[in-house]
Amino acid sequence: MPPIRYSRVVGKSKSYFMFLFSLCALALSGLVAAHFMDTNGHHVTGMTNRVVWGLPHVFAIFLIVGASGCLNIASIGTVFGRQDYKPLGRLSALVSIALLIGGLCVLVLDLGRPDRLIIAMTHFNFKSIFAWNILLYVGFLLIVVVYLWFMMEPRMKIYSRKVGVFAFVWRFILTTGTGSIFGFLVARKSYDTAILAPLFIVLSLVIGSAIFILAHSAIMRFGERPLRVPLISKICKLLALFLCLLFYMTLVQHLSFSYATERHGVEKFILAEGGIYTFLFWGVQILIGTLLPLIVFLVPYFNRLSFLLMGCCMVLLGGFAQLYVIIIGGQAYPLEIFPGYIVEDGFFSHSIAAYVPTIPELFLGVGGIALVVILVMMVIRILPFVEESSSSSVH
Amino acid sequence: MGRFITTFGSFLLVMICMTSELVTANNTGNIALGIDDQCVEPTDYMRRYHMDVLLHQRDETVLKGIRTKKHSLVGCINCHTKQDGHGQNIPINDEGQFCESCHTYAAVKIDCFQCHRSTPDIEVANDE
Amino acid sequence: MNDNSIDHYRRRFLKNAGVTAASAVGGVQLINFANAKSDDQAVADSVRWGMLVDTSKCATDCTACVDSCNEEHGLELFDRPESDVQWIRKVELQNKSTGHQVSLPMLCQHCENPPCVDVCPTGASFKRDDGVVLVNKHTCIGCRYCVMACPYLARSFVHENLENQRSWSPRGKGTVESCNFCVHRVDKGEQPACVVGCQSDGHKALLFGDLNDPDSEISNRANTISSRELRADLSLNTAVRYEGL
Repeated sequence: MPPIRYSRVVGKSKSYFMFLFSLCALALSGLVAAHFMDTNGHHVTGMTNRVVWGLPHVFAIFLIVGASGCLNIASIGTVFGRQDYKPLGRLSALVSIALLIGGLCVLVLDLGRPDRLIIAMTHFNFKSIFAWNILLYVGFLLIVVVYLWFMMEPRMKIYSRKVGVFAFVWRFILTTGTGSIFGFLVARKSYDTAILAPLFIVLSLVIGSAIFILAHSAIMRFGERPLRVPLISKICKLLALFLCLLFYMTLVQHLSFSYATERHGVEKFILAEGGIYTFLFWGVQILIGTLLPLIVFLVPYFNRLSFLLMGCCMVLLGGFAQLYVIIIGGQAYPLEIFPGYIVEDGFFSHSIAAYVPTIPELFLGVGGIALVVILVMMVIRILPFVEESSSSSVH
Repeated sequence: MGRFITTFGSFLLVMICMTSELVTANNTGNIALGIDDQCVEPTDYMRRYHMDVLLHQRDETVLKGIRTKKHSLVGCINCHTKQDGHGQNIPINDEGQFCESCHTYAAVKIDCFQCHRSTPDIEVANDE
Repeated sequence: MNDNSIDHYRRRFLKNAGVTAASAVGGVQLINFANAKSDDQAVADSVRWGMLVDTSKCATDCTACVDSCNEEHGLELFDRPESDVQWIRKVELQNKSTGHQVSLPMLCQHCENPPCVDVCPTGASFKRDDGVVLVNKHTCIGCRYCVMACPYLARSFVHENLENQRSWSPRGKGTVESCNFCVHRVDKGEQPACVVGCQSDGHKALLFGDLNDPDSEISNRANTISSRELRADLSLNTAVRYEGL
């Protein structure tokens, strides 16, 4: 197989710089929003003592989970030896790093005391899955940097498979940890379940693959490189498989919850009476996020780039909605401290909590996405990450 | 050339050290002198180690419930707060007051007073 | 000015000493424990602080415990019930099947196996040796994971800039807090503010004491009268128990 040639993608057009400028403005507005929330306190957000994790956390976990899944493309090439995926390895690792950095920034900037990040990095309670996640995320960053180095440095290429396998395993542990953040919460009937760990793993593969397809296609098109549509189509078929697996996990989660009488309340809430959460679940997660993309990826008529890319966008919307329902819907449903009793108290602790996202939260989240795109654009500008031509073997 | 750099460099270093010594020596801070006109520890010791004293004390108090008065933050505030023209307590971390007079110069940000009360709690006197 | 402040604090010191002496003799307001620990002593796990709530004595329209707590700790409310702080709240219950109505205070249960302590990434949420569960606000980063983890919704996040805190109850924006059994009082041998408030209001529904001491009033009562933990199936072994529920 002829060696793959990579080169830098150096944008020069006016629209390139306009795009970059607007991204910087968005990222800056995210910082301003974070500063606003930090200075005034979280009462300026929609988050309350009932819904303590809001829109920024949905964005952050979306990006972090996507980071884990995005690296899968590189793993398919390195670990599973698929030659046609190999040229995508560098970009996959880069987008993965950028997604993780963006997600972590959003997460850290939403802390009540972001100035205490040093404390978070030096004081660890090892019974906390959150503490483990901090270590896993930082470790992931380091490992992927080494993985990239081994992929890019010809002398180290022979070791790249070892690091690839290590990164693959680390990803699984990391995403299991992210799912367990919610899975380990014994207090809430909407969480407290082991299935969230594998569900998050599959969700990461779904979100990560979709983000990669979009990123890769955009870079190749705007970088005036030939885009191998058959390869995109193949990755979309893989994405369809992941979607089916995700649907399976979601099905098992809701079936088992619906079976147990003690969880009937929360299931009725999510599936039927939850207003926005019910709409997001059926309308966005299931319909737009699962069924429609499956049709697009599996029905031959839709096997065209424009449809495939639209399918990926729909997948991302569905993934975002799924996280919104899990994270926020799970908190909106009240705790059942007194089963069998009607409860009233002055703090509305036993009613469905209202949560309305506010502008600062939105800007913080979107600012994180902007940061991810800026990072990718800047790095591919200075280092050879993107393959140049379609001279590598393809069918 | 090398000798010039070494000499000048060490001269600069000595000047910087002396300056900071001079400044802190002259800058006694805006100290409201406490009971018996003396702090719980010697001034030089406090200048150097007050942060360690406070950090140690806070762990002792919060984690172990040890509430000795000598190094307590409340004790510092009770002594070192000044009053304004109307007899009202001035917050101890206000500009020109005890903490800020050194901390601004040293450019070390303190965040004690986001949580801790910055004036003596007068109601303690009336408390049961 | 300085002389006035010196005299002020000297006066206050003498006054406090006098009050302590008087109450040691009179013992009317202060309910001291026989072995109140001294200032320089660390808390020990030979003691386990607990509370017994007699729901039959808890009155529906009474908020004495809540008011005392808010007063003691300077808890400022901003008329935003969903994000205002609450260390203790009154809950009115009605059984769906039997119609039986009951009123009780809901506070941090000071579990022996606290989920909030398990999940805290920095270890800021911790359990003292004497069983009190509280937040070390020096190391709290405000991630709110413990707020999600608490099965009793006992934790609150401080959503605003705060001023005028009580010197014995430091609290600030961006950290999480909850009932700490008034450790600043308990360490001196006094009772938590809610218990004192309930007693002065005449209801006497709250009983606080050392669960590890077989001769304490709370141990004797818990031994004879049936009481239960909330959400006992979670196996948290709470220090707060409820009678009549």
